[in-house]
Amino acid sequence: MNKKAIFFIGSALSSISNSASAAYELNLKPPVTEIASQIYDLHMTILYVCIAIFVVVFSIMFYSIYKHRKSVGHKAVQFHEHHMLEVVWTIIPALILAGMAVPATKTIFAMKDTTAADMTVKVTGYQWKWEYDYIDKDVRFISTLSTSQDEIDNKSEKGENYLLEVDNPMVVPVGKKVRVLLTASDVIHAFWVPEFGIKQDAIPGFIKEVWFKVDQPGVYRGQCAELCGKAHGFMPIVVEAVTEEKYNAWLVAKNEEAKTAAAGSDKEWTKDDLVAQGKIVYEKNCAVCHQANGAGLPPAFPAITGSKIALGPVFGSDGKYLKDGHIDRLLNGKGIMPAWKAMLNDVEIASVITYTRQSLGNAATVDPVIQPSQIKASR
Amino acid sequence: MSENTKNYYVPAPSFWPFIASTALFLMAGGFAMMLNKIATGKPLMIAGALIFAYLLFGWFSEVIRESVGGLLNKQVDKSFRWGMGWFIYSEVMFFAAFFGALFYIRNVSLPWLGDAELLWPGFAGTWPSAGPAIKEAFTPMAAWGLPAINTLLLLTSGVTLTWAHWGLMKNKRNQLIIGLVLTIALGVIFLFLQAMEYHEAEFTIKTGVYGATFFLLTGFHGLHVTMGAIMLTIILLRVLKGHFDSHNHFAFEAVAWYWHFVDVVWLFLFIFIYWL
Amino acid sequence: MSTTTTTHHDDHAHGDHGHPTGIMRWVTSTNHKDIGTMYLWFSLFMFMFAGALAMGIRAELFQPGLQLIKPEIFNQLTTMHGLIMIFGAIMPAFVGFANWQVPLMIGAPDMAFPRLNNMSFWLMIPAAILLLSSFFVPGGAAAGGWTMYPPLSIQGGLSTDMSILALHILGVSSIVGSINIITTIFNMRAPGMTMMKMPMFVWTWLITAYLLIAAMPVLAGALTMLITDRHFGTHFFNAAGGGDPVLFQHVFWFFGHPEVYIMILPAFGILSTIIPAFSRKPLFGYASMVYATAAIAVLSFVVWAHHMFTTGMPVAGQLFFMYSTMLISVPTGVKVFNWVATMWKGSLTFETPMLFSIAVVFLFTIGGFSGLVLAILPVDIQLQDTYYVVAHFHYVLFSGAAMAIMGGVYYWLPKWTGHMYDEKLGKVHFWITTIAFNVTFFPMHFTGLAGMPRRIPDYSQQFAEFNMISSYGAFALGLSQILFIYIVVKCIKGGEKAGAKPWDGAEGLEWTVPSPAPFHTFETPPVVK
Repeated sequence: MNKKAIFFIGSALSSISNSASAAYELNLKPPVTEIASQIYDLHMTILYVCIAIFVVVFSIMFYSIYKHRKSVGHKAVQFHEHHMLEVVWTIIPALILAGMAVPATKTIFAMKDTTAADMTVKVTGYQWKWEYDYIDKDVRFISTLSTSQDEIDNKSEKGENYLLEVDNPMVVPVGKKVRVLLTASDVIHAFWVPEFGIKQDAIPGFIKEVWFKVDQPGVYRGQCAELCGKAHGFMPIVVEAVTEEKYNAWLVAKNEEAKTAAAGSDKEWTKDDLVAQGKIVYEKNCAVCHQANGAGLPPAFPAITGSKIALGPVFGSDGKYLKDGHIDRLLNGKGIMPAWKAMLNDVEIASVITYTRQSLGNAATVDPVIQPSQIKASR
Repeated sequence: MSENTKNYYVPAPSFWPFIASTALFLMAGGFAMMLNKIATGKPLMIAGALIFAYLLFGWFSEVIRESVGGLLNKQVDKSFRWGMGWFIYSEVMFFAAFFGALFYIRNVSLPWLGDAELLWPGFAGTWPSAGPAIKEAFTPMAAWGLPAINTLLLLTSGVTLTWAHWGLMKNKRNQLIIGLVLTIALGVIFLFLQAMEYHEAEFTIKTGVYGATFFLLTGFHGLHVTMGAIMLTIILLRVLKGHFDSHNHFAFEAVAWYWHFVDVVWLFLFIFIYWL
Repeated sequence: MSTTTTTHHDDHAHGDHGHPTGIMRWVTSTNHKDIGTMYLWFSLFMFMFAGALAMGIRAELFQPGLQLIKPEIFNQLTTMHGLIMIFGAIMPAFVGFANWQVPLMIGAPDMAFPRLNNMSFWLMIPAAILLLSSFFVPGGAAAGGWTMYPPLSIQGGLSTDMSILALHILGVSSIVGSINIITTIFNMRAPGMTMMKMPMFVWTWLITAYLLIAAMPVLAGALTMLITDRHFGTHFFNAAGGGDPVLFQHVFWFFGHPEVYIMILPAFGILSTIIPAFSRKPLFGYASMVYATAAIAVLSFVVWAHHMFTTGMPVAGQLFFMYSTMLISVPTGVKVFNWVATMWKGSLTFETPMLFSIAVVFLFTIGGFSGLVLAILPVDIQLQDTYYVVAHFHYVLFSGAAMAIMGGVYYWLPKWTGHMYDEKLGKVHFWITTIAFNVTFFPMHFTGLAGMPRRIPDYSQQFAEFNMISSYGAFALGLSQILFIYIVVKCIKGGEKAGAKPWDGAEGLEWTVPSPAPFHTFETPPVVK
């Protein structure tokens, strides 16, 4: 028996023994927005209505099963119609439904009302990460899963927020109506934060709107809710609701961060620094498809190791980058390969190119090192 | 053989269904391979299509032999009517899917794209459109040129077919043959003009949703006209062989229903693809 | 009802003694019973295959972390499990029932078009080969979900095309099969069998066949647009060219929702046959049952967008589809009330078919209620694409459709084989199936409410306990179906001889012919009084 199997069985046993202390969640998450609590109440109402009807109908059925058995000598009574009864049990459910429709309709109108928002964030789904763009605030960043691969592969202990943690959370002020403009760049994703009562598909080429207003500061976690390919289960959403002061401070810090990153574009980097930086970028963004060792998953995701693009020339004789060369592929993408132009900065692109040319079993001799300044010039 | 016609005809065991399954397997498998640039795909597909053609010929010949041999009673005839009717209904739903897509694109998705200023600045979202990211200019097809002539052709062909049917009912053989020949000729001219229109079109199937809906809808319609014309030709051959009389000619009627259905589809195409 | 039958008019080669034997009997068959048998075996094979895929899914989900199955393979498993169960297991099983029972129940000598009937079956085979072999092509099987939403399905490789073309072939098969069934029912009823005297199972299949003829071509349209978008440069589902990915969803679900009823109406028909038989009393409210079935069918064409509440439709659209969806629970409720009223004051016995039927009424109603919860749009916003939905559609499709199929198999096995099945083993199968099913799927309501998305290979630890319970249930559920196969095979091989009418409360023409039913029945139509 291999190690993996032993671990599998071992942890299965341990989780059975632990289960007594674990939480068996039975209901919707506690709501933190007005809409979410309306949804919560609607669900409870319809659930009680259903249970009531269920109990009545099946009490009758089980009574019949108990009393009208042949084995206790019950003789069948040959009736097969009762018009009054049939009309009644058609009309009563219809009335109950009409009663349910009224509050549901009210909530729908409230959900759809995105007017008078205090701020707007454009959220874009990518395979498999989220981008948050604070419109008019000059803040734009990518948010990816921060759970380590070792935790996923059962090689290390899983953290408290396993699969529900990100490197850059979305930060919003409490008490403000936040309008979210959703779109996607590649396939359909869905932006879902259960505690807010919002779930909206992000559809490439279209803008869809939702809104929320959180009153309690806190960290709220959600996930992509529309199948979007292999890492669909690994693109969580984390929203931090903070006080207005903290939010403003966060905005300032984010602006600073962007400035520092931009400064890196003009500096001359050493090969080792680029390779070291590139490894981090690669593992965060590229390894999900091309694998951590660069072997890829052909035919969908080609190998980096030995790849013509990673070993071939990057620039043409005119000094511009070649079509279908390494920079072109990174900046503009092709097919499933996304265009990274908008998602990564100059340093990140230059370093990951250098890393893939000089590591993962590659040692490119032409254009061995790409500087951030060259990326800046190529944009 | 009078005893047979009393009972509903249950045919003897037959190989045709299995051959049909083989033909479709080769066609579908070959097509999938061809789409993914696997060299063996094309020959497989052609083999499948040949088997399919053989199948149609063989199976229909067998049914015709049964019909001419008097094995099929009134009830079987009625089954054929039900069957053909429901088949045409399924075709109606097939076209409905494409028309639905056309209406959705024209009335729902294009206006939405026009409103999405953040993503597609300056895009108007009005029909006809090739979408916000396809910049090439194109000229949409005008209704009152070839398409109007084509409409007349198909409408006339409906009339000539009905005239041929009257000929059949009244045992006027010449009227029947001339009517059929005229109908087929009108269909062929229609197809020829349609091919000319495709040839001269200033856009392709890749020209956004306009090109896509235009070519898919008119293309599938054209395919149906082609099938209809082939079926009419077979009916003509059977007429020449003397297979039908004024009471017993469901095959003729079935093809006529089909032809009128294709006519009606064209009217919708003319209105929603070319005109409005 | 009285019948006159058994005189043979076989002066050409289709008599009992004239048909080919061995493999040729099946390949060239024009006999509705043989074709029905082939459908049922095919369905059973696909059921076990797709069930095995589900075992893979549940093994990976047994606990958090990635253990056995890589995420990309996991997506192939969920996609193919859905496609094969729907198109390979449930639908062919019902067509198998229709083949066997419809001609027997209406007193017809065979289906209206026996050769086309065999073609409908034999088209299943190339489709199955395309689907199953797609696991072995480069890149593996289709992994974009059984709904094949673009743009994700545009990214797929060869296997996606194989699946699309397989569905095209299945569509042809279904349409031809349905035309056959509809024509048989309209045109081949025995003298005296008016529409409102037809057995309920025949009625439900008549309406199902109509739904198939109307819905399958629409699926063909959606798939055609998908394939041209994939390979011929059209932009139906691409905003850059003015299209919309959501357009596919609209066209797909215009097929997809009637499809849901295609998979449940024949099950209703089976229940409406079995429950009166073991209650020893006629079906309550036959007429209202017919109207309710028709109402469900009509409504099924105007509720499709409730699968798309999170796509961001305008308010008017959302309201329309919420109201119409809620409305559908009225005729469905009528059916449940009618079954309970049929049992009321009957003389009930609980043979295996009856046990399955009662369980279906009970469990399907749970699925119906969770459907009502999902119909409330704001609640659906929370539950869309979670395990709650997975629970919901397994309660209607497994404990609705699949368990009704099992009940139907037990009910008619004596007629088909001439032997009684092993009643004790049948009951064991019933109880294990029912308990394991609930252990598997009931906790999914909770994981869904608590926020676990569907179609994920790994999940956060808060869902660990319920997932493990579900997995244990699933393994038991899967294993118990091997017992089902054993019981069926045992019944075919031998067992207590069954009389023409082994169930004392059973009604209908099929019980007037001997068991097993002779190769040809009702060559001269019986007269129904």
